Formats: sequence, structure tokens, C-alpha cells
Amino acid sequence: MLNEAGRVIPEFIEGIGPLKPFKGVFAGFPEGKMKSPLVPYVTRDTEKLLPSLRDAILATGLKDGMTISFHHHLRNGDFVVAMVLDLIAEMGYRDMTLAPTALFPIHKSIIKHIESGVVKAIQGSVNGPVGKLASHGGFDVPVLLRSHGGRARAIEAGDLSIDVAFIAAPSADRYGNLNGSDGQSACGSLGYCVADAMFADKVVAITDHLVQYPLFPISIPQNYVDYVVKIDQIGDPSGIVSGTLKVTRDPLRLLIAENAAKVIEASGFIEDGFSLQTGAGGISLAVADYIRETMKERNIRGSFGSGGITAFFVQMLQEGLFETLLDVQSFDMEAVRSLRENPNHVEMSASFYANPHNKGCAVNQLDAVILGATQVDTNFNVNVNTESDGVLLHGIGGHMDTAAGANLTIITTPLLRGRLPMVVDDVLTVTSPGETIDVVVTERGIAVNPLRAELEITLKKAGLPVINIHDLKNEAYRISGKPEDPEFTDKVIGVVEYRDGTVVDVIREVKTC
Amino acid sequence: MKTDQSKGQAGTLESGDILVFIDLSVQEKGISIDLDSPSIVPFGKQIILTIKDTLVNLGIHDAYVKAQDRGALDCAISARVETAARRALSSTIGEVGRCL
Amino acid sequence: MSLKQLRRTALYIPGNDPSMLLNSGIFGADSVVLDLEDAVSISEKDSARILVRNALNHVDFLGAEVVVRINSLSTPYGMDDLKDVVCPRLDAIRLPKCEHAQDVITVSEVLDQLETEKGLDRGKIKIMPLIESALGSYNAVEIACADSRISAINFGGEDYTADIAAQRTREGLELLDIRMKILLAARIAHIDALDTVFGNVNDEEGLLAETSLIKQLGFDGKSIIHPRQIKPVHKVFTPSEKEIVKARRIVQALEEAEKKKSGVVALDGRMIDAPVVAKARRVLAFAEAMGLA
Repeated sequence: MLNEAGRVIPEFIEGIGPLKPFKGVFAGFPEGKMKSPLVPYVTRDTEKLLPSLRDAILATGLKDGMTISFHHHLRNGDFVVAMVLDLIAEMGYRDMTLAPTALFPIHKSIIKHIESGVVKAIQGSVNGPVGKLASHGGFDVPVLLRSHGGRARAIEAGDLSIDVAFIAAPSADRYGNLNGSDGQSACGSLGYCVADAMFADKVVAITDHLVQYPLFPISIPQNYVDYVVKIDQIGDPSGIVSGTLKVTRDPLRLLIAENAAKVIEASGFIEDGFSLQTGAGGISLAVADYIRETMKERNIRGSFGSGGITAFFVQMLQEGLFETLLDVQSFDMEAVRSLRENPNHVEMSASFYANPHNKGCAVNQLDAVILGATQVDTNFNVNVNTESDGVLLHGIGGHMDTAAGANLTIITTPLLRGRLPMVVDDVLTVTSPGETIDVVVTERGIAVNPLRAELEITLKKAGLPVINIHDLKNEAYRISGKPEDPEFTDKVIGVVEYRDGTVVDVIREVKTC
Repeated sequence: MKTDQSKGQAGTLESGDILVFIDLSVQEKGISIDLDSPSIVPFGKQIILTIKDTLVNLGIHDAYVKAQDRGALDCAISARVETAARRALSSTIGEVGRCL
Repeated sequence: MSLKQLRRTALYIPGNDPSMLLNSGIFGADSVVLDLEDAVSISEKDSARILVRNALNHVDFLGAEVVVRINSLSTPYGMDDLKDVVCPRLDAIRLPKCEHAQDVITVSEVLDQLETEKGLDRGKIKIMPLIESALGSYNAVEIACADSRISAINFGGEDYTADIAAQRTREGLELLDIRMKILLAARIAHIDALDTVFGNVNDEEGLLAETSLIKQLGFDGKSIIHPRQIKPVHKVFTPSEKEIVKARRIVQALEEAEKKKSGVVALDGRMIDAPVVAKARRVLAFAEAMGLA
């Protein structure tokens, strides 16, 4: 069937069930009640701190075919996913569904558990090697990709029913209070796993830093956590937080960033109360840098910065350019420190951040968001999942959430990466539908979505190099030549779920020549 | 080092460039190309066409080409192929491997 | 009257770098200088020449004046450079290490021939001599006046200071003499005077100070080595609204006086004489070329 994003999707997929087609950004209307987890039973004498991970797994009553979840706050330094899966394999479990918030290159080692049948399916973001495996037909059940907000929604609505959540906790007490602020593996915010803790039937916290009861501050409280296990090391600190992320020095990317900042300024958003989200990429940081200068020059006090937080936003908080930071993921040491010490730096859950089916999420309050893309097409559809060879390599992150929520959504991208045109006739995969994208900023011009005609006039008046998206695409093709699309088989290997639970696109297996 | 006299290399492995090695001392007829490129799916055919056209325009019909592409455009590919071919034709020893 | 050709910034681009060549036009420099000389090692002279030749035929330089710095004709590369880069998109040759008028004349004669062979208009391709030695500086006037193709004269501070045994400093006092010689030569020949590069790309304050100085001396622009130097240099060379208004009033006063056939021109009670008008015209020429007037 054809969905509203113009994509052909199957009506039913074995192992996933019937698919609901995407109907429009805010057209997916929720029904029914939220999921309720098991009613727990704990007495005065219950010992929640168990001697080993094996004991904890046995205590949860884990069975073959169940769904287990993980979070990615330890990013590329995480030991917990591999540790749990190795043990589960050793204990003889099979056909598990994995529901990580995201997987990283460090999780390459789980491929053996996929091949051996310990893991049957993945619902969650896959990056790098696991995505590649999926694209070459390594899974029987397609990978189900969700955004950060969409995953929180799916858990709360019961679409993603988690049997056991394993939570890597940089700090914990023996009664199950957790935070990410302290300890040798400190990662800052634990925002992505809050829904897991609240809605999974069983919750196991795994820590390498056990403190006296009660832990303070508390991110995830004791009343959601069944068991606590202390191990030597939950992660490698050097892979958990990055060093200081640097603003790009590449003149081409700086030019793009400067133009993006000018777009925001010309749009009239930089006034007191201004709110902004950017990623941690070089262009994004450079945009923030330009905006910071403007805010200082004009003495503007913004309201909040949100999303993944970097030292850059921390500095803006300290300079009074933002009143508050809303932090779902702390990218560097400085963000971890600030979250621990500054009361205006606030941890938020994925649901608070971006779930479209709660009573209000933060992305709806955003003035402007700066996002990237692996492809944008002439209908302004954005692909962040598949590369130009059709291989699934990236998760969705908060892309479709912030694009839908923010008042002004800007995609910054070089027009070409190497020879690859970033603006194309048709994206290989629709992640964020065109109607949620307002402006595409490249080094060779700024394209405005025709749905925002008034914005186009404003930007032209401000003297910005506005160009029709088709002309921009033609310019890219003139330089690179027209790219040939990869060939796919009919087999669906990935489902891109929109944040509301409908299906915006599917990803097919690449044909290997 | 007489064997080096029909070999040439040009280009780099920097982004946007291509490293081309050409051997004109092949026994087989025709141009055979060993291409490694991040853009192989969208542009592989075009890259191979550019390499062949450039060689044919230089009057070369039999050659082995090893090309490690880093996202080069046709005009850069053609320049690197031409340089490598001219270096091979010029019979100057010691050109090979210099760019690595 | 046609607009003045702006040459506030001449951005050097290493000739053997395909990515930089591709994007050289997007930063808004008035000229791009594709460099086959100092930016290219001896062993890569052939590959850079072929790459630049292809780039000239395929890359969109987006309205910038396109200049190629060839190797000196006294090297084994200079003549091959010339033969390969002459094409419709080429605007000018930057000729390094000029010491005598004959250096320019030789190139001009080769260009005559190449333009004919390639079906280009005779004289289309300009020459910009680059002075880099004591002797070149001494002969600046004869060089600047050597040929009708010359559109600008510039100098290289590093080679020059090495040649005269001076120390290179941030303030650049050691360049005062050559700057004056270049400027005088340019004015005598009615061509543009272009300043040397400012080497520290992280020192914006230093760049602004040096650019203000050369503007004060009368230069038309400056060679630069990084896109981030474009904005500061353009800022210095952009006349203020106040300057433009004043210049326009001066020229108008003159025109009105001419209409009235009045010998004396006055504005706001002050006499306006020929040099004042000349300066005003220069401000307006810059402003018009930048689309400000």
C-alpha cells in the first residue's frame, strides 16, 4: 500500500504484524490505554542486591523469546550489552528480541549471537556493523527502527512490551536508586531508559559504583528497579563521553553554519526566550557558535537549549544565554559535570523530550532545530538511515521528533560529500517527511520548503542566497553526475516507524552483485 | 629496473582525490580496471567510463589500472589517469610509489 | 562606464588539491589564484598542471576572476604550464619572480600565439607580474609598463624580505619600501596594486591592521591564503555609507558646476578641486562594483 509519504509499504510483515501506513505528521490518532507493567511484590526483607548477573537473570524469570532492553548512554564505551548477551547465550536462551535505544560499533560482537539464533530480532536503532548485517539479509525479522520519542511512545503504549530491562547505571545504591552523574563510568543523563524502567516487567540495574542508601540525586528511583548487580566495570570511560567536541574549522562547513545561523536570525526567532537544539556535529556546533555571538551582541536571554548536550551549550548556559538546559543525553565531560552541579541543567526522559503521545513533549516548545541528513530530496524528505549504496547504517535519533516539533527545522549539509550528492531526486529512505523540513542549507544555496512561502520571502529580503530545491539538486548533479540508485530485492529488512507508530518507510535488502 | 618503465602512478588518497596506478606492460588485450570507491554503487560505471575514455584519448588501448577513489569528480579522475599514463609513457624510472 | 573589476581579495588555491579547486569559488573572493608554483612540489608539477587544466574546463568558479600562478619561465615547467592552462575560462596569469620587463613581454608573446591557436580574443588573458626580489622591486615601473596585458602588479613579501635580508615582522615595516614602489608603478601604469599575503590565518586583528594600512597607502586589494581572510579584507575595502554619500555629493557638485560652466566648485562652503573629485570617484567606483551605489 501507498502511504502519505508516497512510499510503498507491505500490509503485513511476518514477525512484526500488520503495518499501519503513515497518514501525515499529526494524523496518527492514538487509542486505548497505556501499558501497565506487572504489579511488583517486595517485602521488608527483600534483598534487591544480587551476587551476580546470572542470579539476576534467573530472578527475572527470563524465558526464550522474550524482549530485553538496553540504553546507549555509555555509547561506544558500553560493556553491558555484550556482557548480558554473552551470558544469556551461555545460559542457553534463544530467540530473544533485542530492544536497545541504539547500538554502536562496540556492539559488533553481538553479531555472533544473531547468527547463532540467541537474538532473533532487533527493535531499535542499529549503527554500523549490525545495520550492514541487516542490509545483507542477516535477520529473519526486519529491524524495527524508532525515533527517541517514538520508542518512548511504543513502550508506553505497549507496542514495544519489554520483559526485562537491563540498565547500565554509573551510580546505584543497593535498593535500586540510580543516576548517571557519579562514578568511574559517569555518563550524565539517563534520559533514554526512563520508559524502560517504568514499563518493563522486570528491571535489572548493573553498576560499577555502589553507594550507601540513599543515592542522591536520583534519576531513576527504587520503585522501578527490581534487582541491582555490582560488577567491576560497566564501560570504558574513554568511549562513554567524548573529549571536547570542536567547532569545525573547515571553511566550507563554516560557510554552511554561518548561513544556517543567518536563516535563524532572519526568521526573527532570536529574541528573549529563544530556544534551540543542535546536534554535536561540527556544523551544528558552528551554528551554535554563530548564534551565541549574535545573542551576546544583542544581549538576548534565551529560554532553553535541549537534546544531546555538549560543553558548548553548557557554556551558553553559564553565560546566561539560556536559562535552562534540557538534557536527554550528555555528550562530553563538561555536560556531565554541569548536569551534576548546575540546578538549571535538567535531566529529561525520552518521553518528556519527544513522545508525541504524552501530554506534551519538549520538542513542541522548540523555536529552532539544526539537523543533518544523509540525503534530502526535492520534496524535502530527509533520509538519515541509509547510505547512497542502500545499506542501513544509522539510527533515527531524535530527527523526526524535533523536525515535527520545532517551529523552524533546518537541515545543514554540504551539497556533496566526496562525489555523493546530498540533494537528490528521491531519497532512498524517508525518515523525516518533507512537510516537517523547512529549510535546507548548503554551501551553494539555501532551499526553502514551498509550504513556507512567507519564510522564503523573508530570507530573500534578508539577502540570503535562496535557491529552488530543484535548482540545488541540478547543481549537485551537474557537479557529480546523476547517481544510479542501488538495486534492492523484495525482502524488507528494516521498518522505519514514524514517531506516532505508523510506518513511514521500509528498507529493503540490497542486491549483492 | 626495466620493469618500472611502463608503470606510472598519480593522485592521492585525500578526500575528493583518486590514486591511480597504471601498468602498460600487460600481455592481455584491452583495459582492465580494478576500482575501489565509496561511490561504487551510484557512480562506479561512470568512473570506469571516465578512466577508459581518458586512456583511449591518449591512444592507450591495453593497460591495467588500479584506482583507489576517495570521491573524486570526473575532471579529477581524468587528470589523475592522464598524469599516471603520461608518467608511464615517459619511461622515467622512480615515479611509482612516490605519492604514497 | 563598465564597473571596476574588484580585486580586494585574491585567494590562493593549491593547484594539486581537487577538493579545494572544486570549492574555490564559493567563498566570495574577488579572484581565485590556482597555484602551480610554491603550493606544488617539484615532483607534482605535472599532475597539478593537468588537474588545473581540467578544473578550468569543468569547475564553476561562480563569477570570480580566475587567475593561474604558473611557474617562472626560467624553470622547466613554466612554458608547459602556459600551454596547458590557456582556455576560455582563464582570466589572467600571475607571473612569479619578475625582475625585468622582458619577463612579461616573453609571456605576452606566448599568449598571443596561444590565443590565436585556441581561438580566443587577442589580449583576453591578462598578466599580473609578481615582484619578489630587490631587483624586481627596483624595476617595478618598467615591469608594470611592459605590456598592455598587465592588469595588476603584486609582490611576495616572503621571498622579497629574504632577498633584501630583512626580518619579516607582524607590523611589516620591512615592506614599506616595496609597497611604495609597487603602488607608484601601478599608478604610473594605470593598473591595480595588490598586496602580499598575511601569513597567520588565526590573527584577524593583525590582518585588519595590515589591510587598513595598505588601503591607506592606496592599494586595491590583497592576496590571501585562507577563505576566512576574505571577510575582514572586504570589510576594510567596503566604503561606509557616509563615505559614499559624501563622494556622491562631491561628484554631483562638480557636474552641476560644469553645467553652469562655473570654474569654481564648492561644497558646504569649501573648495572642491580636482584631487578631491578624483578621490570621490574612486570611492564611488568601489561602491558601484560592490553594488552599494
